[in-house]
Amino acid sequence: MNEAPIELRYATSHEWARLEDGVVTVGITDFAQEALGDVVYVEQPEVGQQAQAGEEIGVVESVKAAVDVYAPVSGVVVEVNDDLDDAPELVNHEPYGDGWFYRLRPDDPEAVDDLLDADAYLEHCEQESGD
Amino acid sequence: MTAGKTIYDIGRTGRSAASQHTPSGDVAALPSACLRSTPPQLPEVSELQAVRHYTGLSAKNFAIDRQFYPLGSCTMKYNPRGAHRAASQPGFLNRHPLAPATVSQGFLACLHDLQEVLKAVTGMAAVSLTPMAGAQGEFTGVAMIRAYHDARGDRDRREIVVPSAAHGTNPATATMCGYTAREVAVGADGDVDMEELKAAIGKHTAGIMLTNPSTCGVFERRILEISDLVHDAGGLLYYDGANLNAILGKVRPADMGFDVLHTNLHKTFATPHGGGGPGAGPVAVNERLLPFLPTPWVERAENGGYRWVDETARPQSIGRLSAFMGNAGILLRALAYARMLGREGMTRVGEYATLNANYLMARLRDAGFQLAYPDRRASHEFIITLRQEAKQWGVTAMDFAKRLLDYGFHAPTTYFPLLVAECLLIEPTETETKEELDAFADAMQRIREEAERDPELVKTAPHSLPIERLDDVKAARELDLGGPPG
Amino acid sequence: MPFIPHTPADVRSMLERIGAASIDELFDEIDPALMGADFGAIDSGVDEMTMLAELAASARQDETGPCFIGAGCYDHHIPAAVWDIASRGEFLTAYTPYQAEASQGTLQLIYEYQSMMIALTGMEVANASVYDGGGALAESVLMAVRANRRAKGVDLHHVAIAGACHPHYVDAAASIVRNQGIAVDRLDFGRDGQACLDALDAAGAPAAVVVQQPNFFGLIEPVDDIVRIAHERGALVIAVVNPLALALLKPPGEWGDRGADIVCGDGQPLGIPMASGGPSFGFICTRRSHVRQLPGRIVGRTTDRAGRPGFTLTLQAREQHIRRGKATSNICTNQGLLVTAATIHLALMGADGLRRAAAGSHAKTGRLVRELTAIEGVSQRFAAPFFHECVIDLGQPADPVAATLADAGLLAGLPLERYYPELANCLLVCATEKRTEAEIARFGTALAGALGR
Repeated sequence: MNEAPIELRYATSHEWARLEDGVVTVGITDFAQEALGDVVYVEQPEVGQQAQAGEEIGVVESVKAAVDVYAPVSGVVVEVNDDLDDAPELVNHEPYGDGWFYRLRPDDPEAVDDLLDADAYLEHCEQESGD
Repeated sequence: MTAGKTIYDIGRTGRSAASQHTPSGDVAALPSACLRSTPPQLPEVSELQAVRHYTGLSAKNFAIDRQFYPLGSCTMKYNPRGAHRAASQPGFLNRHPLAPATVSQGFLACLHDLQEVLKAVTGMAAVSLTPMAGAQGEFTGVAMIRAYHDARGDRDRREIVVPSAAHGTNPATATMCGYTAREVAVGADGDVDMEELKAAIGKHTAGIMLTNPSTCGVFERRILEISDLVHDAGGLLYYDGANLNAILGKVRPADMGFDVLHTNLHKTFATPHGGGGPGAGPVAVNERLLPFLPTPWVERAENGGYRWVDETARPQSIGRLSAFMGNAGILLRALAYARMLGREGMTRVGEYATLNANYLMARLRDAGFQLAYPDRRASHEFIITLRQEAKQWGVTAMDFAKRLLDYGFHAPTTYFPLLVAECLLIEPTETETKEELDAFADAMQRIREEAERDPELVKTAPHSLPIERLDDVKAARELDLGGPPG
Repeated sequence: MPFIPHTPADVRSMLERIGAASIDELFDEIDPALMGADFGAIDSGVDEMTMLAELAASARQDETGPCFIGAGCYDHHIPAAVWDIASRGEFLTAYTPYQAEASQGTLQLIYEYQSMMIALTGMEVANASVYDGGGALAESVLMAVRANRRAKGVDLHHVAIAGACHPHYVDAAASIVRNQGIAVDRLDFGRDGQACLDALDAAGAPAAVVVQQPNFFGLIEPVDDIVRIAHERGALVIAVVNPLALALLKPPGEWGDRGADIVCGDGQPLGIPMASGGPSFGFICTRRSHVRQLPGRIVGRTTDRAGRPGFTLTLQAREQHIRRGKATSNICTNQGLLVTAATIHLALMGADGLRRAAAGSHAKTGRLVRELTAIEGVSQRFAAPFFHECVIDLGQPADPVAATLADAGLLAGLPLERYYPELANCLLVCATEKRTEAEIARFGTALAGALGR
């Protein structure tokens, strides 16, 4: 079952973003973790790194695939989820909770609003898996 | 041998294969600061223990010498023992790579003979034998394409076009050469989508990498049109020789318009795969790319002898790719094979590889399997898709592959090319008998029946091998990559 | 028909099933303009006996007397069992172990190989091999640049070679990494033949520093200092090593402040015949923290459905067949059969056997150097301690002397002018544990004769 919580915003590259107190938390969606299968490793950006919207700043690896993780909006990385080092399975179990990837301080907080809402994202997923 | 025990596990402190202890020597001249403080932790076993352990391990492998191995695009044909013997003669094994050419004429003549054979079967102007595998051959070819454009000051060409069905080494190679890989779709008939290709080709195109017949198991029918299109845009054509076995002695890549290619001697020229190498991936070029050929290669001298050609004679060469002369011993095996085939035998390779593939395809079609390209001839390989079986019974292509192991057949290539769902890419090669192909088709049919009747049986296969399916997730999450005990 | 088993009856019934009238009809999708090429330049085939006789004649033509050339390829003893077992069809004719259940033999063997290479180098992980020493250096350079890409103030477009590293390795690495915008800078060696620390000091902040131990001249390098200096500048250290020498020498994992970061080299001294330099195999070992940058195949131990231990390829998501254009390398095949031989070799030799071969070679080369330098006008070019190779100055151009000795059936070492014009009078010589007292004496006599002394 592909879930996309209504309070989050989404990138077409399958990251979700949550803006709270001026900081955006980013992870990959349920759809993405389902497609990847068992996640075995996450390569994180560095704290302090300046990221551009759409830039590849990490990699998530399963047994059968390795895909890039993009920054949904521009900003500075302020925290990464170190728990994923020892427990990458969190990405599968709680993609919208403890399986988050990193937090960044956006250059423009309003940029988050320009991302897809849950309905638009689900529609996007349907198109991608259409064939 | 005890199951699961490593060579370390069966050793005991103080034990050794003492007949391998040659006279030691005084090391007092070496400063003590550069010496190691404790000996490396290597196994401590007797000679018999080592012999028995590794002989026991060998018995846990599938191999062409024991099983039919229809791996698509891998050309697992018989590896003649005569070729192995020929390359294992003392004069070849004991030759130092840097021995002067005056005392290397026998070896140089062999290399030259092989270069000539490869020129003849490909129609190209020159050959360099140094690339040590197909992937290095690809690198070499694209590096030459880049050197060619660079030498002309044509530096805006940044893209290498590859069909979406291409082997993963193609885009990886483009990246290694500093190019971007641009993928174009393959149409429903297995040929490249011409409209998409036309849109992709332009003044930014450095070249295109194609396998023909393609990894869809069909011959690209519009190859001459593609060749004109790419050349008119100023790009060059690279032929990935992975599937050369299909057309060996029938069609020459040069006549299809290719400028550069590599051949996989461990496929087309029957050298053994060795459990994952060594291979050899010689490259062949037309006149246009000749100045960039990697060194060293061999040419005939005025006095009738042979000599090395190196960077001093070819300043535009992309240079050296290996410490010495690539996988020289593999080159000798390929030459021995080519000598035994001769030109008549070479023609038959393509013919009978194609006959076997089309026959096996017909048998599987008649058994109810769905062909990926039902309206096409098979080349030397073909694709079936188990989409229906997966949907209906939950039995995937991988499950079929694993169950085949129980029937004593190595699995075909699974899930490649990526664009066909639940696919098996099947390449029987010319060296298999009709009886073997029939037995394989029968096994596939039985597995299909099992999948319908008892899907669990297939989904949990294999059941008759030393181990069952392995936990790949655990392997990747809890990395145990070895290391001395303790 | 060689290697084709079809009887005429087979062909008829197969074509019938296909629904084709002839084999030619199976090629009817190919443009006729492409068919009918002339393959007349290829001779007619011969039977196995004739082929073997032809190739035996070529092989015999190149047989020479004792070999005193080393330079990355060495004439060591190989236990008889090594190739007897490695040539078994089950190893020789197996494919890459993608189907783990049908490849446990090769997979377990590679796991054992990785363990032994870790023990020899003092590192934490090893891959399942790459093509050869030159290729291993190239892949190590690319790997170091990837691993160091986030370091501050480091120039990712340059790596520095500290001192005399095998020129063919450096050439191969330079050809392979050039297209990714990486330059390989060769730093001068000092007057003593060792890496020049001042040159390294002046080299800026390359992404990696490469040092060969023993170096191309056979000399022991001050690796502890080199590693320290390189690390101070933020560079990663790539050690190029002879695995046999590591039976004696300090493993790279213990060099300097925190050891080398990547260790590579050629496995030929571990049971691989010289065979014109190939096939051999390259190895790469590194720290656990860099394992995801390690190119090529890697085997891990895991368990099967029934909980039994088993072996499988792991970390495959980094490889070309999955990651395509973003793979760590385009490498696909490795040198599996040579790894098979090396693993059996290491098991048979053990630490003691390996140490004896290393110390024996060191001692024989010492003996050779004394024999040669006893000739008037012949001297040791560099005074630094050497492992099992040494640069000998003949006092006159070495090339013609080596040619004269080769014609007399003695491979007298490698003339160095081609690589270092200033060493035009020098030969790089090597005596392995296989060289006898009589062969060394013969070299001395022949050299004295060739020099007219």
